[in-house]
Amino acid sequence: MALPSLLRRKRFDLPLANDPTARFLLLITAVMVYLAALALAGALAVSDMARRWDSGLSGGLTVQVVPQSGPGAVPVAERLETTLAILRGTPGIARAEPLASEQLARLLEPWLGKEGASDPLLPVPTVVDVTASGPVDLPALKARLEAVPGVTLDDHATWLADLRAFAGSVRMAAFGIVLLVGGAAMMSVVFAVRAGLAIHRNVVELLHLMGAPDRYVARQFEAHVSGLCLRGGAAGLALAALTLVGLGQTAGALRASLLPDASLALWQWGLLALVPLAASTLAVLTARWTVLRTLESMP
Amino acid sequence: MIRFENVGLRYGTGPEVLRDISFTLPPGSFHFLTGASGAGKSSLLKLMYLAHRPSRGLINVFGRDMARLKREDLPELRRQIGVVFQDFALLDHLSALDNVALPLRMAGAPESEVTEHSAELLRWVGLGNHLDARPSTLSGGQQQRVAIARAVINRPRLLLADEPTGNVDDGIGMRLLYLFEEMHKLGGTVVIATHNEALIRRFDHPRLHLENGRLHVLHQPASNWV
Repeated sequence: MALPSLLRRKRFDLPLANDPTARFLLLITAVMVYLAALALAGALAVSDMARRWDSGLSGGLTVQVVPQSGPGAVPVAERLETTLAILRGTPGIARAEPLASEQLARLLEPWLGKEGASDPLLPVPTVVDVTASGPVDLPALKARLEAVPGVTLDDHATWLADLRAFAGSVRMAAFGIVLLVGGAAMMSVVFAVRAGLAIHRNVVELLHLMGAPDRYVARQFEAHVSGLCLRGGAAGLALAALTLVGLGQTAGALRASLLPDASLALWQWGLLALVPLAASTLAVLTARWTVLRTLESMP
Repeated sequence: MIRFENVGLRYGTGPEVLRDISFTLPPGSFHFLTGASGAGKSSLLKLMYLAHRPSRGLINVFGRDMARLKREDLPELRRQIGVVFQDFALLDHLSALDNVALPLRMAGAPESEVTEHSAELLRWVGLGNHLDARPSTLSGGQQQRVAIARAVINRPRLLLADEPTGNVDDGIGMRLLYLFEEMHKLGGTVVIATHNEALIRRFDHPRLHLENGRLHVLHQPASNWV
């Protein structure tokens, strides 16, 4: 497809490239795209994380058998056997397996350290991992399990609700940041275009008198602003990519213990690559609107 | 072609700089617009090239009534009017060729045609060796010729020139006027504003004379004046 004539020709009727606002617009676009890309990456990573946790926890139940002491305390092994029997006899439950002590130690390791988590004196409850394959009458199951001393049932509902609320908040915050950044970018473009129109008023008036339609003048600004925003946006995106890779590497060192995997998939990087294009498109539309509105005042 | 009826023009709330202007320019005519400095020649030209709307009266350009014209209709009409501005109004960041090419590009002509025609016209006005020169590097006479080439590149139906000989010596002034004569012979309607009586006496064209904002149409050729 042939490029529009203004893009093919590296010549503008208006000498916009030398304007002081050109460098300003280049820098501001780089910063805006950097912030927007980071916000978007954050939202994507959190959404992904939440989805993984959600799918991992939905349909899963956890039963804890807490060690008891004192006179009349029933041994854990005995209560565990009762618990497993109840669980395995409940319709809708596909699997109920107690976690091995090594697995429990690995879960506690981030908080207690390797040695602390493996301390045999630590009163660690026995955890039964339950997988549901269909609807389970949770209140009835809960009542039956809690009749066994020191046994509790966690269906993760509270945790999942908190997680979903957190992911939703992060998404909203990221969306808000992208909106704010977009608004600030639009205001910058309006400022730069108005300054350009003021600086080159004589030339604009001359073109106007020679019969240049408003769209012809607007296209000059659009091509100028679009070029600047693409260059600034590419720089901002490159910086954001470096920041994300750096953060990813730093997080990678900690991931084994505390942080979940927050790396971005290829399609998510592709989405981030669209940010400069979106910024450029927004800038072009803003420039067009600003120029056309300003030129309306000319006879 | 151009018809003014009882036209008046004032800037803002100031006094009328043009009063009761009435005249008709038939197609293919050649007129000088004369008058002392400040008589309103530039203002009258501005009305003719549609830079201003009149404060009162009727202006009809190419059969279109200005009062009824929509703003979006103006560019197309303006492209049929070539203007040589008093200060040339060349764009100094563009080469002579690109300055001349402006009207063609605005009209959306193919780039190959734009370059070919612009170069050809610059060669015709004697600037074939200055196609890539910036206007600031050219002499006053050369700049004037670039301005004229730009004004005529579109073969305008109406060619207006505001003091085209004002910044050049009489020799170059004569050559420029002969250029306008050539344009006129090609069928264009020409109006040249000037106060250079010596130059215009050499041409047999009627003139429109402005005095204190009022127009006196002198139909006889200047060579017949006493």
